[in-house]
Amino acid sequence: MTDRLSRRGFFWVAAAAAGAVIQDTVGAGRVYDPQRAGRPQTAITAADNDAGIQAVEKKLRCTCGCGLDVYTCRTTDFQCTYSPALHKDVLRLAGQGKTAQQIIDEFVKQYGEAALMAPPKHGFNLAGYFVPSIAIIVAGFFLVRVLRRWTREAEAAAPATVAPSNATPAELERLRRELDRLRG
Amino acid sequence: MGLLGHLSLWLAFLVGLWGAITGFAGGAQHRADLQQSARNATFALLGALIVAVISLEIAIFRHDFSLEYVAAYTSRNLPTFYLWSALYAGQKGSLLFWATVLSLFAVLAQVLTSRRHRAYLPYVAAVTSAVATFFIGVMLFADANPFQRLGFTPIDGRGMNPQLQNPGMVFHPPMLYLGYISITIPFAFAIAALLTKKLDSEWLVAVRKWTLVSWLFLSIGLILGMWWAYVELGWGGYWAWDPVENAALLPWLVMTAFLHSVMIQEKRGMLKKWNLALILGAWLLSIFGTFITRSGVISSVHSFTQSSVGYFFLGFLVVSAIASAVLYVKRLPLLEAEATLESMVSREASFLFNNLLLIGIAFSVLWGTLFPILSEAIKGTKITVGPPFFNQVNVPLGLALLAMTGIGPLIAWRRASLPNLRRQFAVPLTSCVFVLLILLVAGMRDIGALIAFSIGGFVLAAIVQEFARGARARHRQYGEPVIVGLFQLLSRNRRRYGGYIVHVAIVLLFVAFAGMAFKTETQATLRPGETATLQGPDGHVYSFTHQSISQYNALNRQVTAALLDVRRDGKAMGRLRTEKRQHVDALGNPTFEPSTEVGIMSGLRVDLYVVLAGLVNGTEQAVFRFTINPLVWWVWFGGFVLVIGGLIVLWPGGGPPPGTGPRPPRMQAGYAVKLEPER
Repeated sequence: MTDRLSRRGFFWVAAAAAGAVIQDTVGAGRVYDPQRAGRPQTAITAADNDAGIQAVEKKLRCTCGCGLDVYTCRTTDFQCTYSPALHKDVLRLAGQGKTAQQIIDEFVKQYGEAALMAPPKHGFNLAGYFVPSIAIIVAGFFLVRVLRRWTREAEAAAPATVAPSNATPAELERLRRELDRLRG
Repeated sequence: MGLLGHLSLWLAFLVGLWGAITGFAGGAQHRADLQQSARNATFALLGALIVAVISLEIAIFRHDFSLEYVAAYTSRNLPTFYLWSALYAGQKGSLLFWATVLSLFAVLAQVLTSRRHRAYLPYVAAVTSAVATFFIGVMLFADANPFQRLGFTPIDGRGMNPQLQNPGMVFHPPMLYLGYISITIPFAFAIAALLTKKLDSEWLVAVRKWTLVSWLFLSIGLILGMWWAYVELGWGGYWAWDPVENAALLPWLVMTAFLHSVMIQEKRGMLKKWNLALILGAWLLSIFGTFITRSGVISSVHSFTQSSVGYFFLGFLVVSAIASAVLYVKRLPLLEAEATLESMVSREASFLFNNLLLIGIAFSVLWGTLFPILSEAIKGTKITVGPPFFNQVNVPLGLALLAMTGIGPLIAWRRASLPNLRRQFAVPLTSCVFVLLILLVAGMRDIGALIAFSIGGFVLAAIVQEFARGARARHRQYGEPVIVGLFQLLSRNRRRYGGYIVHVAIVLLFVAFAGMAFKTETQATLRPGETATLQGPDGHVYSFTHQSISQYNALNRQVTAALLDVRRDGKAMGRLRTEKRQHVDALGNPTFEPSTEVGIMSGLRVDLYVVLAGLVNGTEQAVFRFTINPLVWWVWFGGFVLVIGGLIVLWPGGGPPPGTGPRPPRMQAGYAVKLEPER
């Protein structure tokens, strides 16, 4: 009986020691209350850090309504369940050998153009890209015209307002230099 | 307290209505009794609203959860610091805050406006009272009353959104509100000038400082908002072109344009129509921003919950825009310029191009913000207009604007001669090329960053040159040492040199923004003792060693904290701590989803930015995101310099001696030259 107990005791002590060694080696003991730390995470893989995958995800919008792209959402709001799922979709499509553009096209097919962080440059969307630039160019053109008209008007009015000068050319040159200096 | 607050709101509504009616009637009929009554109404309005605010704050501090607002945004264990800010944490309270601050500004406008602008004050009282009455009306009639009672009294409130429990959020919304709200005063003066037909430069003198006050508050609000987004949201950046961010940027851009073009009207009597339009536009954009924030019409992380409030704001915006436009068009004949442009190469022209760019950027931001609605209305297709769109459209415009920041002050008023231009541009252009070459030799290849840094060098050199020439001139004239000369320059011409300091801030901000092109990041799963390394854009290798995970309770939250040792090229730099927080109510029940607290180690060159994503299988094995953000510190420093520059410009005095009044515009543009024998 005693022998059995001691053998059993030895077994438990050994198991506990092994557990402690494993835990110490692995170095990742359980925390007091995992619920407090938010949604459980899975270990990061090389694909999660892949620059190509990230570049694609930065062009796709998360569907959770946060307004962020898939990459930013999945690496920011770790409570979101949409962006990790969309990330898996991207990885799956990349695993099928699809190019970045093909992956994006797949998303557009599934979710519509709202899946993109910026509208594609075709059709009506071109107005989105070019109306501001065109408006500024047109406004700039009108501004230049208005300024030219004003300067012409000023030039036309100038002779009537300039008083005759009795200064010598040398004095006028000095005056011009002084004015330049003051304007500076 | 709820009843007293509710009664105060009604009283404020009626007083505001009275103030608006008597102000307009008194101004139109030139009746002193009505004008005085309108003035008194602004004081009474402020009094009634202060009682309402105090009532709500008392209810919040007493945890009176019978009030729906108090139950929705506070809890018994909410720290006192955040109990104060609960006043504007929700839609209803923020409307009350808005109306109260507006009425405070209305009183200040009545009290601080000098005698020579008295003619405008009845209309100013009328406009401010009308706008405040609208806000109070929204509270009373659009289901947005902060004193609305619940049918029962809960034991505890829901508490404040964890992301709002950040010092940045205590100061950022009020600053932004102060900026938004104070635009009403210049707008009121503009309307008063249009109604009284006193459209000379007098009204400009009255509104310039108010516009500067609004601009300064809005600037502080925007910078604090960026800081809050950076330290709290955890995505590693500070500006995401979110519709609500854009809505705050729009009036800021328009006011910046005004603060430049107003100088042309003051000096030359030109651009009267344009300046009036800018003030009217800035205010309308502030109401548009309010509509965006509160209607839910465009999805945004900042938006308040969707409610009928949006329709009220839309109606108000449309009515105000039509009324302002009609009045403006009717007065156009009175807004003819007193002078004309003498040369295309002049400071006036450069300011106009600066205005073109500022308004162009404002238009492109507005266009991008509204394009999803437009697309849905026309094509029936929902689209997203995110940062890639805004960056593509606005970065080139922003760089052009940065260049104008340097070019403008280098060109003389009225007409610049070729030798003058050569003399003025030589050093800045050389600096620009020098910076470009240094960066190219150093291996920088990012085109956007190269252009931004080079133009930054050009603008900084231009500003330094301006200060140096000014100090040298003082040294020649008064024999002052350079340091004293610089101080005298600042104190005697605060507007000009304070403006240059603001330009320095703009350079710092642009350089910092460009730095983000070199951001690097990685994710890693680490057990205690394991290390992740990341090469920084500054050439150093940073390593992060996971030390431990600890869990504990604090105030109103349960914390899971990760501690990391940080090393640069193997040398210890210190420790970083990043947290997951589960907020709880007084009974220990979870109130919101767990939130993330970022660990930041900030430096002049880079910020180390660590986010705890979560734990693997409930163990100490944790998932982290490590980001190295270059030059972020310079954003906050640039913001600080901008505020200092703005305060210098705003500080009283430093201009012509008091009592001299504004000089006629034509007189201000000339030079007094005394020819002395050349040495």
